[in-house]
Amino acid sequence: MNWEPVIGIEVHVELRTASKMFCGCAVSFGEDPNTNVCPTCLGLPGALPVINATAMDWIIRIGLALRCEITSHSVFHRKNYFYADLPKNYQISQYDLPVAINGSFDVTVDGEELRVGIERAHMEEDTGKSLHQGEGGRIHAATATLLDFNRSGVPLVEIVSRPDIRSPAQARAYAQDLRALVAELGVSDARMEEGSIRFDANVSVRPYGSAELGTKVEIKNMNSFRSLERAIAAEIDRQVGLGERGETVIQETRHWDEDAGVTHSMRTKEGSSDYRYFAEPDLVPLAFDADSVRLLQSDLPELPADRRRRYAAMGLDEHAVAVLAASDSSLRGLFDLTVEAGSDVAVAANWITGEVIAAVRRAGQSLDDTPLTGAGLADLLSMVGDGLLSSSAAKDVLTGVIRGEGSPREVAANRDLLQVSDRSVIEAAVTQVLASQPEAIARYRAGEGKVLGFLVGQVMRATGGKADPKLVNEELRSQLG
Amino acid sequence: MAGHSPGSGSHETDDLTIGEAATRLRSRSLTSSGLLEVVLDRASMTEAELHCFLTIDHEGARTAAAAADDRLAAGRPLGQLDGIPVAVKDNFCTRGLATTCSSQILAGYRPPYDATVVTRLRQAGAVLVGKTNLDEFAMGSSTENSAFGPTRNPWDPSRVPGGSSGGSAAAVAIGSVLGAFGSDTGGSIRQPAALCGVVGMKPTYGLVSRYGLVAFASSLDQIGPLGRTVSDALDLFEAVAGPDPLDATSYPEPLPDIRSHLDRGMEGLRVGLVEELGGEGYEPAVSAAVGDMMARLEKEGAEVSEVSLPSFEVALSAYYLIAPAECSANLARFDGVRYGLRVGGSTVEEMMALTRAEGFGPEVTRRILLGTYALSAGYYDAFYGQAQRVRTLLINELNDAYRNVDVLVSPASPTTAFALGAKTQDPLSMYLADVCTIPSNLSGHPAISVPIGLDPDGLPIGFQVMAPALGEPRLFRVAAAVERLAEFKARPAMVGRS
Repeated sequence: MNWEPVIGIEVHVELRTASKMFCGCAVSFGEDPNTNVCPTCLGLPGALPVINATAMDWIIRIGLALRCEITSHSVFHRKNYFYADLPKNYQISQYDLPVAINGSFDVTVDGEELRVGIERAHMEEDTGKSLHQGEGGRIHAATATLLDFNRSGVPLVEIVSRPDIRSPAQARAYAQDLRALVAELGVSDARMEEGSIRFDANVSVRPYGSAELGTKVEIKNMNSFRSLERAIAAEIDRQVGLGERGETVIQETRHWDEDAGVTHSMRTKEGSSDYRYFAEPDLVPLAFDADSVRLLQSDLPELPADRRRRYAAMGLDEHAVAVLAASDSSLRGLFDLTVEAGSDVAVAANWITGEVIAAVRRAGQSLDDTPLTGAGLADLLSMVGDGLLSSSAAKDVLTGVIRGEGSPREVAANRDLLQVSDRSVIEAAVTQVLASQPEAIARYRAGEGKVLGFLVGQVMRATGGKADPKLVNEELRSQLG
Repeated sequence: MAGHSPGSGSHETDDLTIGEAATRLRSRSLTSSGLLEVVLDRASMTEAELHCFLTIDHEGARTAAAAADDRLAAGRPLGQLDGIPVAVKDNFCTRGLATTCSSQILAGYRPPYDATVVTRLRQAGAVLVGKTNLDEFAMGSSTENSAFGPTRNPWDPSRVPGGSSGGSAAAVAIGSVLGAFGSDTGGSIRQPAALCGVVGMKPTYGLVSRYGLVAFASSLDQIGPLGRTVSDALDLFEAVAGPDPLDATSYPEPLPDIRSHLDRGMEGLRVGLVEELGGEGYEPAVSAAVGDMMARLEKEGAEVSEVSLPSFEVALSAYYLIAPAECSANLARFDGVRYGLRVGGSTVEEMMALTRAEGFGPEVTRRILLGTYALSAGYYDAFYGQAQRVRTLLINELNDAYRNVDVLVSPASPTTAFALGAKTQDPLSMYLADVCTIPSNLSGHPAISVPIGLDPDGLPIGFQVMAPALGEPRLFRVAAAVERLAEFKARPAMVGRS
C-alpha cells in the first residue's frame, strides 16, 4: 500500500518587543531568573493585563507577509489549564477571532516551489520556564522543579499552517523559510536554540489517493531543523507501520527523543483538552483600522518568494538565484544598486556572491562599513567589460576601493593597474617582442602552438603586465600569420 | 431588639461626616491625629463585638495623620480627604499590609504593590486605618463567608451587616472610620450599605480602576465608596475615580462635574419604580418605605411612574452563571506555587488540589465548581453563552426604559438585616438577597443606596437609585434629594455606648 504523509506545522514565534505583551517588563534573553517580573506577569492577585500596541503591529505585519486577511474585529480569550509555569493558570490567547486568517506562504524545496496554506496567526502570552531538576531534565524523574518567570508574558505569535505539507524535507524547508521570513521582518531573533522560535508538527498518513484525513498526532520537542525532519520521518514510519498491521493510530501528543530516534507518547487522553475558552473580560475587543493596516502593508520588506521570482525574471540562473536570495540584506542591496547602475545581472551576481564577499571578509569589516557603492561596483565591472582591467587587476582594485583608497578609476590609476587596450600600443609591443624572438617564431610556425603562450608572456612583461592578454593573443596571431 | 438613638454621641468629634471633619481640619479646630485617636477609640470599644476589621494599621495611620497635620498646619491640604480616616475592603492590595480577601488561602499574604485606588487615596492624604472584613473573595451577601469570622450589624449584633462589603459598611455605620471603600459585583456595596444604614454607591463600570482589586468577576466588579452621607460618598468617589493606564477596561475620559448637581432638586425628573423588584419576598416595611419616598419625590416635582423590566426576573440566574464562570478562572491562580497557602503533595497536581481544598471555603468552592461547569465543553452554549445573551437583552431593555425615565428606583434589598445563620443553610435563599442590585452589575450602570428609615425592629431600610451608564450626575442629584427628604438621622445604639 502506498501511504501519503499529511503534515501541518505550528510555529510559535517570540516577539522581541521592548516589553512584554501585557505588562511593561523587559523582554530579554539570558537574564538572572525572576528579574524581569511584575504583578501582572507573575499572576499576583489584583493584577491586570494591558495590550502592547507594538506587538499588535508586528503580528499584523507577520499576517500581511503571509498574505493573510487581517480580521477587522479580534478578541482575546482565556485558555484555562493548570500548570506551575502558567501563573494565572490561564493563558491569555485567541480562540475563534484571531488577528490573521487564510494566508499562504511559498517555500522552495529542491528547486521547486510549494505553496503552503496558512490557517491563522494569533497572539498569546508565553509561559514561564520550568527547569526540572533530576535525571534527563524531564518532569517524570524530577526531584524538584525551578520556575523562572522572566519569559512569562512575552508576546508569542502562533502560526498554524494548513496540512499542505507532504514530506519531512518539505516540512524542514517550510520551517527554515518561515524562520528566515520572521527574522527578516525584524520581529524576532527566531533562534531555535534560544527558544525564540519553536515548531510542533501534526502528522497523519492516508492511503495515496484518499481524500480523507487520517488521525493526526502532534509531535513536540524538535529543537533543530534536522531533528524536525528526522522526527517527522520517524513518526511517518511509525504510523505507516501501524497502518500496514491494521492497527489504529491514537490521537495524542508525542515527544521526540533525539537520542533514541523515536517519538514517545506523552499522555493518553480521551479526546482533546477542554480549555473552557471564554472572551477575556479584562481586555476590550480589538478593531484594526484599515488605514493603519495599509500603512503596515506598505512598510513590509520584499518577501523572499517575491525576491526569488524577481531575480529569476532578471535572467539569473537557478543557482545564482538561490545563492543571492540566501545572502544577507546588505549584499542583496548592493546587487540591486549595481544592476540599477547598469551592470549585467549575471556578472554582478557572480562578483557580489564571490569576490565582494571575499574582499570584505579579508578587510575584516562588514559591507555596510566599507565605501563600496553600487555605482562604484558597476563602474569597476564596466572597466573589466571594456578591457580596461584584467579580472585579476579588478580584484586588486576592489580591495583598494574597500580599503578606502578611492573610486575604482582612482585606485586603478594610483596602483597602475589599468590594462592597456590601445591596439597601436599592443601592435607596437608585439612587433618589438617578435623582433627579438626569431627562434620562437620559427617553432610556432613549425606547429608548436604552445609557444604562443610564451610569447604572450613576453609581451605582458614588455608592457609591465598591463596589456589586455586577449588583444595580445589576437595581435600575435595576426602578426605571426 | 435593636436600639437606636437620635442625635450624636458624647464627644464633640463623634460621628462627624467627612464634610464636617474636613471643614474643622482646615479651620484647625480639629487635628487629623486627634480625629484618628477618636476613631481608633471607637474601634477598640466595638471591634470585639462587631469585628469590622481584619487589620488595623495603627502605626501607618498615625504616620499618615501626622503628615496630614503638617500639611493642614501649613494651609496646604491635598484635598477634601486630607487627614480623613478611611478603610478599604481586604480584597484591595495594600503594599506590605496583609491582604487576605478573608480567605485561608491568602492568610498572611502581603502584596508588593498598592491598588490604584489605594495609591490615589494616599495621594489625597487620606489616613488608611485598616482593612475591613468581607465574605471570602467577595462571594456572599452577609459577610458570614469570611474565613476569619463574621462581622455583626451595629444596629443589632445578632444580625448580619450584609455582604460582601459588610466590614466596610459596619465600620462606617459605627464610626470607626469616616468613610470606606468596598467592591460591588452583585450588590456587595449597596446591600450592606442598606442593611447598615449608610450610603453605598457602585459607579459606572470603568470609572474606578480595578488594578489591585483582587478579581472575583472581572466584567462585573467595581470599587465604590461607603459614607454616612451622599456628599461624603461623592468626596470619596471623586478622590479615586478617573482613567488608569494600568486597567484596560478603565474609561478614558475624566470625571465630569457632579457636585453642582447635588442641590438641583427633583423638578422635571422622571422617576420609574421597577415593578419586578417588589411584592412577594419583600418585607412590608421596606416596600412601604419605598412607596412613601416615591410619593415625597412626586411632591418635590418629579414625574413618577412604574416601569416593567421583565428581564430582571432572569437577571439573578444570568448573574449566577456569569460571575462563577469568571471567578473560576480568576481564582485559578491560587495554587500554592508562588504565594499564599501551600499544602504539600507528592506531585504538583496534588499540591495544587490539596492547597485549594484546604484554602477555599464552601461558598467559594461551590462557585468555582459551578463556573467551571458552566464553561465546559458541551455546556458553554446552554449556560455561559446563554447567560451573556440574556445580559445583552437586559442592557437593551434598560436602555429602552431610559428613553422614558431619567432614573429607576427600587429597594436596595428585599429585606432588612437578617439574623446570623438564618440563610447559611440555603445558598439559594442567600442569593436572592441580591435580586435588586444585580441588574446594575450586569448592565455596568451606576447605582446607589441611600438610608431612608428604620423598620419596626429598628433596622435600616435602603432606597436604591439607578441611572444609565455615565449617569453619575443625575444619580447623585436624585440621591441627594432622597436624603434630604428622608431626614435619616438615626444612629446605632452602640454609638451611644462608646
